[in-house]
Amino acid sequence: MGGLTALWGGMPAWSQVLLWDLAKIVAIVVPLLLSVAYLTFVERKVIGYMQVRIGPNRVGPRGWLQPIADGLKLLLKEIIVPSGANKGLFIVAPVLALMPALVAWAVVPFTSTLVLANINAGLLFVLAVTSMGVYGVVIAGWASNSKYAFLGSLRSAAQIVAYEIAMGFALVGVLMAAGTLNLRKIALEQAGGFWHWLFLPLFPLFLVYFIAGVAETNRAPFDVAEGESEIVAGFHVEYSGMTFALFFLAEYANMILVSALTAVLFLGGWLPPFDFAPFTFVPPLGWFLLKVCAILFLYLWLRATFPRYRYDQIMRLGWKVLIPVTLVWIGVMGFVMFFTPWAFVFYR
Amino acid sequence: MTFESAVFYFFSAILLGSAAMVVTIRNSVKSALFLVLAFVSAACLWMLLRAEFLAIVLVLVYVGAVMVLFLFVVMMIDVNMAVLRQGFGEYLPIGGLVAVLMVVEIALAVSPRQLGPTRIAASLVHAPPLHMSNTRALGVLLYTTYVYPFEIAAVILLVAIIAAIALTMRRRPDTKYQDPARQVEVRARDRVRLVKMPTEPKA
Repeated sequence: MGGLTALWGGMPAWSQVLLWDLAKIVAIVVPLLLSVAYLTFVERKVIGYMQVRIGPNRVGPRGWLQPIADGLKLLLKEIIVPSGANKGLFIVAPVLALMPALVAWAVVPFTSTLVLANINAGLLFVLAVTSMGVYGVVIAGWASNSKYAFLGSLRSAAQIVAYEIAMGFALVGVLMAAGTLNLRKIALEQAGGFWHWLFLPLFPLFLVYFIAGVAETNRAPFDVAEGESEIVAGFHVEYSGMTFALFFLAEYANMILVSALTAVLFLGGWLPPFDFAPFTFVPPLGWFLLKVCAILFLYLWLRATFPRYRYDQIMRLGWKVLIPVTLVWIGVMGFVMFFTPWAFVFYR
Repeated sequence: MTFESAVFYFFSAILLGSAAMVVTIRNSVKSALFLVLAFVSAACLWMLLRAEFLAIVLVLVYVGAVMVLFLFVVMMIDVNMAVLRQGFGEYLPIGGLVAVLMVVEIALAVSPRQLGPTRIAASLVHAPPLHMSNTRALGVLLYTTYVYPFEIAAVILLVAIIAAIALTMRRRPDTKYQDPARQVEVRARDRVRLVKMPTEPKA
């Protein structure tokens, strides 16, 4: 132990910073990937019970080892590159899909102190990074040299670009109410009990953000990107083994990311719903995880409940319903905040 | 060499390399992807200048939206490079002239006379206090000092968008489309007629 401390002290400062940051990144990414693995398990179980089935229960006690078995299976499967496919881009596409889903976690505050990079433009950073996720889908569809994959990727990309606008506008409302782009400060603005959380004054934007989040992650009922019954499996129809698994990881990591952001932006992040005991006994990280899990459950519930949207209805909902709702609400907020004495409703 | 300049040269090299690839590579989809790489490297350079708002907006708008739609188009049309390259020698003089003109214009615009310390000091009259973050400072300037030029520019852009749509939209008479209001209003009796019939008598 003494030798290790001496070694640490003897290292140059930049390498200490580098190693320390690397350790923090590992401390975020490893639990994240584990929760992705178990989210797939929870999804199958929850939907199973909703459909009066049991779900996976064979591997390990009560099926708890199922995600490990799935992961192993995908690791060992052969990666087949279709003939006529653009090999380099075909392999790069899943990486491009996963990368933004992991990078955005750099600015997500888990508690008021537990955040990797507490940057001032955090909200913008998240928007910019997640907007790059669509490349994985587009490139995968094109590089596969298959018309099903190509059609799936075009549909999905148009959908993602459309809902990104609604999502961005919903975040403008958050920005107006919180007065800062720093995610940690946005959460701290909501301190003092659940009636201070932003989902109440911004309720329309909260709904729009969550719906757009579901559409952005290509989840049911907006999962036309996969659309098994129409285009086989959409953009990843030609993918197998680990390359397919990366798309899967990206989808679930994005789900968790949207849930975490919803928790931070609208539901007070790590703050308890009441500022007195016994609610303050739960550690801040516990509240944060609880909120994220509740939103994730909503995702699964949606998938078990709703049939898939028709494509033109998705586009209509995005452009003609969600975007006008956000625009009107931003206008209302601006008017109330600057011309009426009720500005306190939105901005403390 | 300081750390900053090392980072600067790293991203500049990627920027120049990918920009060169954009115009030389044969595959048009790869060319568009190299353009994306060029944008991202440019964003990193801006980040190095602590212009985080500009850097992030470059990624958000150009990488996240414009280039995606661009890729869309490039992927769907089958570009035949051999045909495109046919008139290369023919167009070289005029293309070269345009390139030289552009370089001269850029050089004039960013020359020390235009962007030198004296000019920048003169424009700092309206500058917000230094402790503000780049994002807030830009917002304050755009929405207070320069609000009218900014809004006028926005309206001009909006007009341009609507004009572009109006010019390119063709209403074909045989286009099929759905009217959601009518779809919602439809009742079962409009589509299905239940007929009461006597059952066939037993033979």
